[in-house]
Amino acid sequence: MKLSESWLRQWVNPNLTQTELCDTLAMAGLEVDGLTPAAELFSGVVIGQVKTINKHPDAERLQICEVDVGASAPVTIVCGAKNVKTGMKVPVALPKSRLPNNITIEASKVRGVQSNGMLCSSAELGLPSDAEGLYEFLADAPIGNDVWDYLQLDDTVFDIAITPNRGDCLSVLGMASEIAALTDNVLTIPTFSSVSAVDNEILPIVVDAEEECPSYVGRIIRAVNVKAATPVWLSECLRRSGIRSINPVVDVMNYVMLELGQPMHAFNLSSITGGVEVRFAKQNEMITLLNDREVQLDPKILVIADQAKPLAIAGVMGGLDSSVNQDTTDVFLESAYFKPTTVAYSCRHYNLASDSAYRFERGVDPMLGRIAIDRASQLLMDIVGGKPGSVIEKISSRFLPQPLVIELRAARLQKILGCTILDADVENSLQSLGLKCESKAGGWLVTVPARRSDITLEIDLIEEVVRLYGYNNLPITHQTGMLQINPDLECKTPLNRIRIAMCDQGYQEVVSYSFVEKKLQTLLNPEQPTKELVNPITADMSVMRTNLWPGLINVLLYNQNRQQNRVQIFETGLRFVSQDNALLQEAVLSGLVCGSVYKEQWGMPSRPFDFFDVKGDLQNLLSLTGNEGNFLFKPAKHAALHPGQTANIYLGDHCIGIVGALHPSIIQSLKIDNKVFVFEISLDVFEAGLIPKCNSLSKFPEIRRDIAILINESVPFHLIQDTIRNTAGEWLNQVDIFDVYQGKGVPAGQKSIALALTLQHSSRTLVDEEVVSLMDRVIVALKETFNAELRG
Amino acid sequence: MKELDELLQQAQASITQAADLKSLDAVRVLYLGKKGLLTESLKNLGQLPPEERPLAGQKVNAIKVTIQELIDQKNNVLKEADVANQLASESIDVTLPGRREHFGALHPITKTRQRLEALFTQMGFTTVDGPEIEDDHHNFTALNVPALHPARAMQDTFYFGDGSLLRTQMSPVQIRVMEQTKPPFRIIAMGRVYRRDFDLTHTPMFHQMEGLMIDENVSFSDLKGILINFLQAFFEAPVPIRFRPSYFPFTEPSAEVDIGCLSCESKGCRICKNTGWLEVLGCGMVHPNVFNAVGIDSEKYTGWAFGIGIDRLTMLRYGITDLRSLFENDLRFLRQF
Repeated sequence: MKLSESWLRQWVNPNLTQTELCDTLAMAGLEVDGLTPAAELFSGVVIGQVKTINKHPDAERLQICEVDVGASAPVTIVCGAKNVKTGMKVPVALPKSRLPNNITIEASKVRGVQSNGMLCSSAELGLPSDAEGLYEFLADAPIGNDVWDYLQLDDTVFDIAITPNRGDCLSVLGMASEIAALTDNVLTIPTFSSVSAVDNEILPIVVDAEEECPSYVGRIIRAVNVKAATPVWLSECLRRSGIRSINPVVDVMNYVMLELGQPMHAFNLSSITGGVEVRFAKQNEMITLLNDREVQLDPKILVIADQAKPLAIAGVMGGLDSSVNQDTTDVFLESAYFKPTTVAYSCRHYNLASDSAYRFERGVDPMLGRIAIDRASQLLMDIVGGKPGSVIEKISSRFLPQPLVIELRAARLQKILGCTILDADVENSLQSLGLKCESKAGGWLVTVPARRSDITLEIDLIEEVVRLYGYNNLPITHQTGMLQINPDLECKTPLNRIRIAMCDQGYQEVVSYSFVEKKLQTLLNPEQPTKELVNPITADMSVMRTNLWPGLINVLLYNQNRQQNRVQIFETGLRFVSQDNALLQEAVLSGLVCGSVYKEQWGMPSRPFDFFDVKGDLQNLLSLTGNEGNFLFKPAKHAALHPGQTANIYLGDHCIGIVGALHPSIIQSLKIDNKVFVFEISLDVFEAGLIPKCNSLSKFPEIRRDIAILINESVPFHLIQDTIRNTAGEWLNQVDIFDVYQGKGVPAGQKSIALALTLQHSSRTLVDEEVVSLMDRVIVALKETFNAELRG
Repeated sequence: MKELDELLQQAQASITQAADLKSLDAVRVLYLGKKGLLTESLKNLGQLPPEERPLAGQKVNAIKVTIQELIDQKNNVLKEADVANQLASESIDVTLPGRREHFGALHPITKTRQRLEALFTQMGFTTVDGPEIEDDHHNFTALNVPALHPARAMQDTFYFGDGSLLRTQMSPVQIRVMEQTKPPFRIIAMGRVYRRDFDLTHTPMFHQMEGLMIDENVSFSDLKGILINFLQAFFEAPVPIRFRPSYFPFTEPSAEVDIGCLSCESKGCRICKNTGWLEVLGCGMVHPNVFNAVGIDSEKYTGWAFGIGIDRLTMLRYGITDLRSLFENDLRFLRQF
């Protein structure tokens, strides 16, 4: 909320500098987010009156004005503004005056005619305004007065961050009361004399929804002069609070809202048929709002209506047809209390926002209705005149928020804060806020006025006490507690260990958005439906990722576009996949490599990444579980991957991951320069690894025997390994593959595999004959199982 | 006898001339070998008159010893030269870069997460986790933010068609823990959170850590103690810290915590908007309505909670000036960590 400092200080003027005042507010939970001067500095500009206007002899669009600036003789000024007219009072920048943006005005010749200054627009004075042409003062503006002083621009606008619970602070009255309490000062409340009715005319008011509108105060004022000008002091207050001046009636409504916190509305009386009803809308009723939007109403929307039609959405926005305009002569003023959630519902439902709704949602003082209407009447009498009717009040005390009595226990206060606050301090704090305190055994009974709708519980009182006591005056204590060791499962590989293992294998960790472009996600995982956001921020962040590859691909492209062609990255995070109508949020580790396997260096030949580089990295990673031997890589198909370079990773029957080359057609369509390998594994597998169980080592010599076999190329290595293990039995320590060859000398469809078997007996030395016979059995088994031939 | 002296002289000359171990060995064989010249001389002793034999024998033996010594000396010289040659030929330029597979690096956010986790687990806190797609109950209602509450407007939320949403804070994880287990609690939760905001200082996804402690005697003064302790440990400096009243629906009293601006040492600069302070976290005592929502007796138990932006901490810690750079994943940026 924006408020002018000088306006606030008219109500309460503590002996504090601006900085001190802002600090005081910040330390009470009302942070001043911004300080803006009321205007950018200008000087030497005075109020002048245009006396005569003559056409410039040599320029069609320019006029020569004689302007009275309070000096002995009028000054001649050449002016190009369209709205210049005789008699108008305007800001005159005299020679040597300084305007915002470091502009200095000098006397000069304009197309051959001497011009001794400049007539200014709002924009030229740095005052934001929608109006074009010259700024126009009211007729009573004193000629020759300094404009800076006249507009009282030595002022600062406070932008105060008011938290949603403090609806009571959304006004000068509210802020000033708070400052008075914080600084132990007295509030100067201007006296509002009530305006007595000229006649007894009233508008019939029916409140159908008493719970949602327990207070409705209204008044007719006839014969107002809407064409009158809004006084400068009032329009300046509005401008500094960021509210546009519309017409004097609407301006007064807004002014009273800013001043007292009571949102008000003025209806054009002639547009009201019969009386006014506060009721829920009928199904499909239509209304065109002040912002020109036509909305369809429904029975959950509270409206102000006449006998024929809805006039306004209660507390949110008036209708266009019943609004006060230049031709309005009679008005009906509304000053009501609407239930916060009723107003909030209408705002959410239509995605509407207004200064009025903002206050109703946060709670308006239910006692303000009458006061505000008196204040508005008084201001309107001063500005637009008119004949006020009687004030009409429809109050339902059954539903109108009432003062609450809440018990505050001293012991509870101490328990929450961890220290004791003197009883007198507690009482002073609460009383300074206008809360009545009555001592009782072990605490107080506190009466909270209805305007503090945020205080409903004991804890709310505790907060008020400590807020005024000062958070920084509380002691700093250190918790003591039971020492207890938290469980720490050894079989679980911590995520940090997994990440560091990846880094140490050369992978850079990345963090990409969890929502991605639908097209890219579908390309990279076409079989998995995506979960779509209703309100994405951009189209390329519209669906939840079903694997982490879109993010990784984007990182690749981003870096490739910046000449970073070697990319080796990983990410951990959730993927969002549906299974049997349920959404699974699964933690995975994904990676991508592209480019040369090593950073370019003199000591190693350069070659691109291949499948086995990545598979090796994954095998290393899986070895952290202590269970590497139970993971199997089996040939697999995936729509986004190369059909001949893809493997699913299994733990038992359970597929826990996938690794493969990105499909060449995708590489092409994404304009990637090199082959890309990607993988994704479930982090679940690291939750339950194996704890090592140590076997004693044999003291007897190891024997190695190498064989090379010709075997069908489709036989997976793990099956060869299994056959050898099963045949060789317990003497076999290890079987390794040390060469694979296809090409010249090997028939098509076959591969030559060279294997090394390491044999050892646990309690004696193996003799040659038994080794030979074991190798023979292995060779026979390979022949029988796979039709494999020993190579010569 | 004279012959023997000549023999010695010849041997000396040959040894001197021997340029390598092989020719030296040839010299040894020539003089000292089984069929060498000195061996011959010994054999020839028998031809001398008996009275001369002992003297001649001594002489031959003395020469033999002398030659052997000379050969040994020369042998050492030649071996040393050999080693020196080998070393010279094997010298390399040790200033060239080593052969290496470069390490990757953790993302700076992860570095911060690891540090945060380490600091809190020291004090017996456990890390908990939860879903990122949440329901309204856990993200709002149970946190004392009913439908139509104005605080909902503080956080612009991403929704799905079925009414589920992306969590806007880590608090729903706390709710889940409180629903499923019994106090006392000492937990932290870290992860991705989402709000519909994208500009210079906001990304629609960011990271938060929340901490929660609930026990029979936990106070606001304790919260001050632990947060001061934590922030000073994190920044490894005695940074000034202040607590300002604020409002969060799920805590009361609530506070925002500022640290003295790190870049101007609280003197006032552009980064701290000339206030000398940087807001780093929000905290407060758990609201009784939250206790009620999860079925914890709010008379018996009290507790505090806090939430802190991990991305912002990371930026402050490492001098990162653009929030968005954390999610662009420029490898040249990431390699610095």
